[in-house]
Amino acid sequence: MSENHTTSHEGENHGSYGSYIVGFVLAVILTVASFATVLSKAFSFWQTIAILGVLAAVQMVVHLIFFLHMGAKSLSQRQNLAAFIVTALMVLIVVAGYLFVLWDAQANMMAG
Amino acid sequence: MSYDATHAPSAHHDEHEHHQQETTIFGFWIYLMTDCIIFGTLFAVFATLCHHFAGGPTGKDLFDIKNVEIETAILLFSSITYGFASINAHKKNKGAVLGWLLLTFLLGVSFVVLEIREFNELVAHGAGPDKSAFLSSFFTLVGTHGLHVTIGLIWMLVLFFQIMGKQGLSTRMQTKLTCLSLFWHFLDIVWICVFSFVYLGSVV
Amino acid sequence: MLGKLTLSAIPYDVPILVGTFIGVAVVGIAVLAAVTYFKKWGYLWREWLTTVDHKKLAIMYVILGLVMLVRGFADALMMRTQLALAYAGNPGYLPPHHYDQVFSAHGTIMIFFMAMVMMQALFNFVVPLQIGARDVAFPLINSISFYMTLVSAILINVSLFIGEFSNVGWLGYPPISELQFNPGVGVDYYIWSVQISGIGTLLTGMNFLTTIIKLRAPGMKWMHIPVFTWTAFFACIMILTTFPVLTVSMALLALDRYVGMHFFTNDGGGSVMLYLNLIWSWGHPEVYILILPAFGVFSEIAATFSGKPLFGYATMVIATGIITFLGSIVWVHHFFTMGAGADVNTFFGIMTMFIAVPTGVKIFNWLFTMYKGRVRFEGPMHWIVGFMITFSIGGMTGVMMAMPAADWVIHNSLFLVAHFHNVIIGGVFFGYVAGLSYWFPKAFGYKMRDVWGKWAFRFWFVGFYLSFIPLYAVGLEGMTRRMNHYDNPDWHPWLLVACVGVFVLAAGLACQVIQFVLAAFDAVNKKPDALDLTGDNWGSGRTLEWSIPSPVPHYNFARLPVIRGLDTFHIEKELGRPAPVSELEPIHMPKYSAVGPVLGACGLLIGFALVWHIWWAVVVGLVVAFFTVVHRSANLDVDFYVPVEEIRADEEAFARRLAAAKAAE
Repeated sequence: MSENHTTSHEGENHGSYGSYIVGFVLAVILTVASFATVLSKAFSFWQTIAILGVLAAVQMVVHLIFFLHMGAKSLSQRQNLAAFIVTALMVLIVVAGYLFVLWDAQANMMAG
Repeated sequence: MSYDATHAPSAHHDEHEHHQQETTIFGFWIYLMTDCIIFGTLFAVFATLCHHFAGGPTGKDLFDIKNVEIETAILLFSSITYGFASINAHKKNKGAVLGWLLLTFLLGVSFVVLEIREFNELVAHGAGPDKSAFLSSFFTLVGTHGLHVTIGLIWMLVLFFQIMGKQGLSTRMQTKLTCLSLFWHFLDIVWICVFSFVYLGSVV
Repeated sequence: MLGKLTLSAIPYDVPILVGTFIGVAVVGIAVLAAVTYFKKWGYLWREWLTTVDHKKLAIMYVILGLVMLVRGFADALMMRTQLALAYAGNPGYLPPHHYDQVFSAHGTIMIFFMAMVMMQALFNFVVPLQIGARDVAFPLINSISFYMTLVSAILINVSLFIGEFSNVGWLGYPPISELQFNPGVGVDYYIWSVQISGIGTLLTGMNFLTTIIKLRAPGMKWMHIPVFTWTAFFACIMILTTFPVLTVSMALLALDRYVGMHFFTNDGGGSVMLYLNLIWSWGHPEVYILILPAFGVFSEIAATFSGKPLFGYATMVIATGIITFLGSIVWVHHFFTMGAGADVNTFFGIMTMFIAVPTGVKIFNWLFTMYKGRVRFEGPMHWIVGFMITFSIGGMTGVMMAMPAADWVIHNSLFLVAHFHNVIIGGVFFGYVAGLSYWFPKAFGYKMRDVWGKWAFRFWFVGFYLSFIPLYAVGLEGMTRRMNHYDNPDWHPWLLVACVGVFVLAAGLACQVIQFVLAAFDAVNKKPDALDLTGDNWGSGRTLEWSIPSPVPHYNFARLPVIRGLDTFHIEKELGRPAPVSELEPIHMPKYSAVGPVLGACGLLIGFALVWHIWWAVVVGLVVAFFTVVHRSANLDVDFYVPVEEIRADEEAFARRLAAAKAAE
C-alpha cells in the first residue's frame, strides 16, 4: 500500500509539525495562565474557580483540535465528534447532578 | 475449504482494509469515551468529597505545586513528541518513529516516577488514602490517571518492539499507533482537569 | 498460600446447599461424561468454544441465560415458600442470614445474568442480520464479551459452594456492605462478579454501536434501520454512558473494603449518599437498557403478525431516543427519602413522569399497528398482548411512585417490589421470550411447537398476576421488602396467594423447557413439518434476516444486500427481487480464536483470587492475560476467505429448498 494511498483519504487529518507546535504553544500559554491565576492570589475564591474552569475548557478544545484532530470534516471525524458530545453531556449530567443533589441533601440534613 | 488471506484477490483488499482501519479507530474512540465517563465520575466523586477532610490534612497543607508544574510540562512535551511520531508513521519513516516513541516513553516514565514519589511522600507524612474521604478520592482519581499512563507506556513498549520486528509500519501497525495516539492525547486532556480542579482548585 | 480460603469456607453443614451441590455435580458429571462418550470435545472446542461467529455466540448466550433463569427462579421459589410459611410463631425454613443471600442472589442473577445475557443474545443474533452485515465490527472482542459474562456467572455460582454470597441486596448498599459490618467474602463475590460482567457488557456496547454505525449494508440510511436495531443502538448508547459509572461504584466499594479507603464508610468523611447517586445513575438507565430492546422485539413482532408496516416508525425511533435521554436524568427517584429538599425531589419526580409520554406513544403505535391488520395469534403474538396489558399497569404504578409524597409512604415496601416485577416480567421478560420464539426458527432451521409456547404464556400471564398483585396489596398495608418473617395476620392470606402464583409461574417455565426439548427432539429426528425451508418462517417477515436461509450460513449474506428502503425484504416480496448484478466473490471472514476462552479463564482466576485475597494468583492471571493479548496482537494470520464454490453450493441448496417449499404449497 503506497504512502499516497494512506494519507489521501477524504480529508483525514494526521496533523503536521506546524499544527502540533501551534497547539503546543497555545496549551502552554493556557496552562501558565491557570497556574498564574492561582499563584498570584489576585482573585477571590469563586472568581479563581471560574477562571480555572474557563481556561481548562478552552485548553481542552485546543487539545481536541490540534492533537486529536477533531476539526477535520470527514464523516468518521464527525461521528467521533458526535460520540464525544454525547459523552460530554453525560459527564455534565453526572457532575452537575451529583453536586446539585448532594449539596441540597447536605444542606437539608445539616450534615458535614 | 478456504484459502489464506495472503493470497486474497487484491482489488477489494485495499478498500476493505481501509474500512477495517476506520472501524477499528472508531471502536477505540468509543472505548475512550467510556474511559472519559469513568474519569468524569471520579471527578464528580472528588467534587463531592473534596471538603470531607475528617480532621485530616487539606490540599493546601499537602500539594506541592512545583511538582505539578513539572508533571504538566512533561505531559505536554510528550504530547507533541507522540504527535511527531505519528506524522513520521504516515511518512513510513521507521527510524524517526522509533526515536520519537522512545522520547515519549522516557517522558512518560519520568511522569510516572514523579507521581509515585509524590504519593510516597504523602503516605510518609501520614496523608495516605485511608486518612479521609478527601484523600481517598484524590488518590483514586490521580492514581487512575497514573495507571492509565502506565498502561499506555507498556502498550508503547510493545508497539516499539513490534515495529522493530516483522510488522514494521504496516497498515495494521499504523492503526495501532493511531489508537495509542488517541489514548495518549486523551490522557493529556484528563490531566488538564486534574491540575486545574484537583491541584490548583485545592490550593485556591 | 490460599489467602483467606480454608476448608471451613465450604458450607457442608447447610443441607439445602449440600443437596444443591450434589444435584449440580450429578448433572455436571453427566454432561461431561456424555461429551466424552460421544467424543465431542474436539467438536465443541473447534466449533463452539473458540467461535467468533455472532450467531453461535448468541446461542451460547441463550443457554447461559436460560440456566441462570432457572437458578434465579429457584431463589424466587424459596423466597415465596418461606414467606408463605414464616408467619407468626413459625420461623420458616430459611434463617435470616441465608434468606438475605437468597434475595441478593435472586436480584443480581436475574438482572446481570439472565436479563442482560438474554439481551446480548438478541443483539448478537439479530443486529448483524438486520443491517446486512457479515459479522459484528470486532468478532474477537465479541467472544471476549461472552466469556467475561460467562465467568462472572460462574463466579457468582461458585459462591454457593465456597464461602457465601452477599447478603445486602442486589445493589450492595453501604454502609452495611462495608468491611466493618460485612467482613465475610459475600460482598466481594458480588463486587467482582458484577465488575467482570460489566466489562463484558461494556465491550458488547462498544462492539454493537460500532457495528450499527459502520457496518450497515450499502444504501441503508438511518431511517431505514429496523426498529429492533434502533433500540439496540440506543441501549448501546446507554450501556456506554452508564456502565462506566457502575465500574466506578464497584471499584470504590472495593477500595473501601480492600485498602481501607473512606468513600462510603460511616467514618473518615465517607458519604453513603454518594454511593446511592452513583449506583442509581447506572441502575436506572440499566432498566431502560433492558426494556428498550424488548420494545424493539415487540415492534418487529407486531408488524410481522399484523401483516402491516409498523405504525409510526419515525415516532417509535424518536420516542426511543427521548426515553434514552430522560432515563439518564431520573436516578434520584430511587431515593426520594434520602433527605434532599423539595426542589431536587420535584425535578426528578417530574422528569420521571415525563417518561410515561414517549412510552405511551409506543403503546399506541403497537395498538395502531394491530388495528385493522390481519392479526395472527401465534406464540410470539401472545406475549405482546400480555405485555401491553401488564406493562401498562406496571407503568402506572411507576408514575404513582414518581410522586415524592406518595413515594415516602411506599418506599422500600413490597409495593415497589411488585412494581418493578410488573415492568420487568411483563416488559423485559415477555419481550425476550417473545424474541426467542420469534427468531428460534431462524437460528436453527426448525420450528418450535407453538402449542407449548402458548401454554407457557398462559401460565406466565396468570401466574404473574397471582404472584404480584398480592404484593401490591401487602405493600400498601405496610409490609417492607426483604422481610424474613412476620406476625401481621392481614398479610398472611395475600402471601399464600403469591406462593400459589409462583408455582403457576413454575409451570410456565416447565412448558418452556419442554418446548425447547421437543424442538431439539424434532431437529434430531429431522421431522419434516418442523423444517423451515424458506427462511421466512412466519411468511410475513419484513426485515433482511428473513431473506436468507435458516439456519443462516456462517457468512450470513452470499451477496451484500442493497437496501431500497425501510423493510427491504417486504419491498422485495412485493416488487420482486432485483437480479443479482454482481458475480459471487470470496468473502473475507475472521478465523476462530482461543483468545476468548483463555482470557475468560484468566478473568475467573483473577476474580476468585481477589475474593479470597490470593494475591499471587491475581498476578498469574494478569500476566497470562497480558501475554495472550500481546501474542494475539503479533498474530497476523487471523482471517480467511470463503471460496466462491462453497457459497455457490449453499445458494443452490437454498434455491432447491425454496422450490420444494413452493411445490409443497
